[in-house]
Amino acid sequence: MSQFLWLIPALPLLGATINLLIGRRLPRAVSCWLAVAAMAAAFGAAVGAFLELLALPSDAQVIHQTLYQWVTVGKFSVDVGFWLDPLSAIMILVVTLVGTLIHIYAVGYMEHETDYARFFTQMNLFAFMMLMLVLADNYLLMFLGWEGVGLCSYLLIGFYYNRDNTAVGTDEKFLSPRSSGTKAFVVTRIGDFGFTLGIILMFWTFGSLSFGEVFHGAETMFQIGAPIITIMTLLMFLGATGKSAQLPLFVWLPDAMAGPTPVSALIHAATMVTAGVYMIGRSHVLYELAPATMAVVAVVGVLTAFIAATIALTQRDLKRVLAYSTVSQLGYMMLAMGIGAFSAGIFHLMTHAFFKALLFLSAGAVMHAMNDMVDMRRLGGLRKILPITFWTFLIGALALAGFPLFSGFFSKDEILSSAFTSGNVALWVVGVVTALLTAFYIFRAVSLTFGGKPRWKVGEVVTVQGAVASELDAHAAKGLHPHEAKWVMTLPLILLALGALFAGFLGMPAVLGENRLARFLEPVFQHETPHVSAELEWLLIGISAAAALVGIFIALRFYRGDAKTPARLAAYYPSLYKLLLNKYWIDQIYDALIARPGRWLANAFWLELDGKIINGIADGLGNAFRGFGNSLRSLQTGYMRGYALAMLIGVVVVIALLVMR
Amino acid sequence: MTTLPILSLLLLVPLGAALITTLLPRDNARLVKGWAFGAVAIEFALSLYLLANFAPNTGQMQFVEYAPWVPQIGIAYHVGVDGLSLWLVLLTTFLMLIAIPASFAEINTRVKEYVIFFLILETAMLGVFMALDLFLFYVFWEFSLIPMALIIGIWGHEHRIYAAIKFILFTMTGSLLMLVAILVLYFATGARTFDLLELQKMITPASLQPWLFAAFALAFAVKVPMFPVHTWLPDAHVQAPTAGSIILAGVLLKLGAYGFLRYCLTLFPDAARQFAPVLIVLAIIGIIYGAMVAAVQKDLKALVAYSSVTHMGFIILGVFAFTEQALSGAILQMVNHGISTGALFLLVGILYARRHTRLIADFGGLQKIMPVYAFFLLFVMLSSLGLPGLNGFVGEFLILLGAWQANPIYTVFAASGVVLAAIYLLWAYQRVMQGPVTNEQNRRLPDLSRREFALLLVLAILIVVIGVAPNVLLHPMQASITELLNSTNVAGLLK
Amino acid sequence: MLTVTHFTVLSAILFSLGALAVLIRRNPLIMFMGIELMLNAVNLAFVAFSRFMENMDGQVFVFIVLTVAAAEVAVGLALVVAIFRARDNVDMDEIDLLKG
Repeated sequence: MSQFLWLIPALPLLGATINLLIGRRLPRAVSCWLAVAAMAAAFGAAVGAFLELLALPSDAQVIHQTLYQWVTVGKFSVDVGFWLDPLSAIMILVVTLVGTLIHIYAVGYMEHETDYARFFTQMNLFAFMMLMLVLADNYLLMFLGWEGVGLCSYLLIGFYYNRDNTAVGTDEKFLSPRSSGTKAFVVTRIGDFGFTLGIILMFWTFGSLSFGEVFHGAETMFQIGAPIITIMTLLMFLGATGKSAQLPLFVWLPDAMAGPTPVSALIHAATMVTAGVYMIGRSHVLYELAPATMAVVAVVGVLTAFIAATIALTQRDLKRVLAYSTVSQLGYMMLAMGIGAFSAGIFHLMTHAFFKALLFLSAGAVMHAMNDMVDMRRLGGLRKILPITFWTFLIGALALAGFPLFSGFFSKDEILSSAFTSGNVALWVVGVVTALLTAFYIFRAVSLTFGGKPRWKVGEVVTVQGAVASELDAHAAKGLHPHEAKWVMTLPLILLALGALFAGFLGMPAVLGENRLARFLEPVFQHETPHVSAELEWLLIGISAAAALVGIFIALRFYRGDAKTPARLAAYYPSLYKLLLNKYWIDQIYDALIARPGRWLANAFWLELDGKIINGIADGLGNAFRGFGNSLRSLQTGYMRGYALAMLIGVVVVIALLVMR
Repeated sequence: MTTLPILSLLLLVPLGAALITTLLPRDNARLVKGWAFGAVAIEFALSLYLLANFAPNTGQMQFVEYAPWVPQIGIAYHVGVDGLSLWLVLLTTFLMLIAIPASFAEINTRVKEYVIFFLILETAMLGVFMALDLFLFYVFWEFSLIPMALIIGIWGHEHRIYAAIKFILFTMTGSLLMLVAILVLYFATGARTFDLLELQKMITPASLQPWLFAAFALAFAVKVPMFPVHTWLPDAHVQAPTAGSIILAGVLLKLGAYGFLRYCLTLFPDAARQFAPVLIVLAIIGIIYGAMVAAVQKDLKALVAYSSVTHMGFIILGVFAFTEQALSGAILQMVNHGISTGALFLLVGILYARRHTRLIADFGGLQKIMPVYAFFLLFVMLSSLGLPGLNGFVGEFLILLGAWQANPIYTVFAASGVVLAAIYLLWAYQRVMQGPVTNEQNRRLPDLSRREFALLLVLAILIVVIGVAPNVLLHPMQASITELLNSTNVAGLLK
Repeated sequence: MLTVTHFTVLSAILFSLGALAVLIRRNPLIMFMGIELMLNAVNLAFVAFSRFMENMDGQVFVFIVLTVAAAEVAVGLALVVAIFRARDNVDMDEIDLLKG
């Protein structure tokens, strides 16, 4: 198996290639299930690799395979090679398992889509790129996967490229899918700008980009706090803020919800957005040498978690609530990285992959049933109609809220207690408050979507604002007839719900059992969780459990029945409500500060500098010569004898001058 | 080593083919086109033979041919190829193979003359890459100008005469100063020879170097083109026929970059080092400026033209960073830019042939109507914006990597061009291909024809191959680059 | 005794006559005659100098001049015929296509 690591990414690539080349000519079922099969095979290969890794002694748990030299110039040399250690093993398992389930779900979800081949090509391509990202044995190859997943994200966000608006049955106006895709790519590229510089600095510092040599060099050559490492890690963190949607670059992720829901689940919740977290975990050797960067990471993480959670409080679109929740949870992971609790961060990454994918897919099941309407002001009362979806969504919500014994509880608690024991109580306080907010907004979503009475009618036709009814497809034109989805969609929901329920038991706190995950990751992070007394640990567990319970309780109280309290609150604090509803106006601020001046400057360059000044000088010179020539034109009379006379006079003058001299 | 005079053959085959074209019947356009395609195909096969016999481990000139031309004043027919020029020769023959069939549908008037100009142009461009004699170089250099100006001026679009004259005036102004500098070099060094290899051994007087360097640099900078002498490029590109744009962007711009490499660095190493910061700053301005201006273009072809300014800025940055990585990246990027931008012009030309407009605003939603075209357009744009795994990334990354060693600030500013590239390309894609179909005329556009598909497929395969296995290209140029750097370093020490 | 001065003066007079003919007359044929006169004036000077300086170069030059003159007349007359065919007129003052 160790010689076949390359198979893990190669299988989805093969699936993508086949679907790209002949997918449109294949029957729908063949094309779709081919993609699923490619993912499932990759999962099988990943499990095989994982088992082989387990069989290795714990001090040498690395499988390293080099395929060929990619770029070699002088002493710069980068291979295409794969690196399987416990960290990447967990990542490939999560990616392939969650990916397979989401692929299966997508078969059902995309059943009315005519462009299925394009969809599954891009989904498989995404899996390939993600696996390259986590399996790469050097930073440049990792960057290939890093940009590659960004590309797939761009493609899939813009999947409905010809739609202007995706907000069904509501007056909200979201960015069109195509603009959202471009925005996502450009914003993450700003982060990648930093990542590129970080990689280049890394090469000139260590003379290599491969993990082994970089980490060895870092350990032997540098003391803690070396400025060059701090700069390097900060630059790389800029990349992570883009990809993992942290402040100040998180603005693309909510708009990414314009893509099909399986995409939101796979790329914008479970896997790609965690790439930044993975990258920091992978580079923990460097980050541990740069306490200043670690502090930045922790602060950015916790602030992102808090700000995104506050925005999520007021959003009306179910998917956007989940999107901000993702940003917020990624903030938690970053917090974990920033305080050095790497295995806790990876743990939360894993549990989050399960419960957030579950939440998104359940939301997708709601959309599927409600003809794509996800505005929570228009939902309600779906508990009885979509029982399976309700229960799976509820499980996901409990896990996200950190309800005791659900997966999110253990991982979030581990992060919070690490934050507390790291000595920075402020981080912990913000984290706990955010946990409360999290529990509140997700149960607000549960109540508004599934609880109460329906705010829609059977047979009602819901459309995107401004759309003409005759342009609707046959399915949407029939109006709302919500019903539970087929097994291809519910089965993944149930399996993910099991994951959301039980994945947490892999990493139980010491007082309850054993943290198997942390032990498994120990060869990578060499990090002993600080021992705290059982009393303190119980106290911390109690506080986070209480935060979750309080949040859930308030949400259920607020949104029971006709839900007057929230409206009164909004009326009482109108400016705060507007601030949150409009996401702190960050998009508008960026537009005013960067996009508009940039466009103005570009136009000035083009029309004024290029058009008037440079071309003006060039044309002016040309016109000057032309004018000079014009003024000499009258000398050319066209009379031959005139020319002859002029010549004669000239000759006489010249001879005269010669003679006189 | 081969005894076949392969370089002379490469130079003579297009010229001979052009002569024979004059004898072909004027009214049989199919025959003329087929003949031209056959000629460039043979030429490409010859260049593959060159590649197969190239010895990658030496930095010396290979396939050298020498024949006195005007021995009294030291002018000779002296040609050779090394790692710096090998890929550019191949790029030229390859892009001709793309450009000739690309114009089959577009060009239906004066086909004979069109073909003749292209074939002469091919000889001239190859001559620039192969010449090892300054006089010979200058002859080829100027010779490349005329056919292209005529191609723009005769088969171009609405403002073709203005564009052609602008093209000639800009490039002529630059190269006249270069001619003066060549003559000064001839007399000042006392060598009384135009032979490049001989002149490189001489040390140009330090007092003269800056002036001569500036004169050469101006000629090359106009051709590249660098900010602020770039404004002929958008006009020339917009007005040129598709194949003209492909060759103009793909090869002609490279003449300037190659000139910097081959002449400025080796003949005036001290001045080159002294002036490197100036050129790098201009290159970086070009990177950012070109990208910003590209973003607000309304004409698709002008957008691609400005993107050339950006890309060529990267190449010049790579040339003047004086590091192995940056130089390799620069040469690789020349090839990449030729392929990617050539493909972009081909794609824009395909759209123009169907709708007779290049304005972005006239399109929208074409992805639904032309899915295969959409795939290729996006693919090539991604290559152009430097997506890892495709060709553009490797070159750009190597340039940024090498430039960092020269000065990290260079890399920081140049890397921002990578972000801007994503903006102008993807925004253009969004407006042309995505969204609802706003213009009824666009609903019936046919997707790619078989000929167009074949051309784009070849380009796309190359884009992937170079992205996945760049070492195939990088390896043969290493020895020459080391040689080049060594020679500039030694000269620098003597100062 | 004839000296070189006599030949030179004669040559100058002939040359001036030829030049005047070119300048004054409007008929191209007459103008050609004037040109021939000028050329032969020069020839005369060449031969004279050659004779008095006892150097053959001048005589060689005369042959070149004669050849040029013959060629020039051939080309010139062809032009005149072409112009006449096109315009039915050979008045030099009417032919001013090069007027700027």
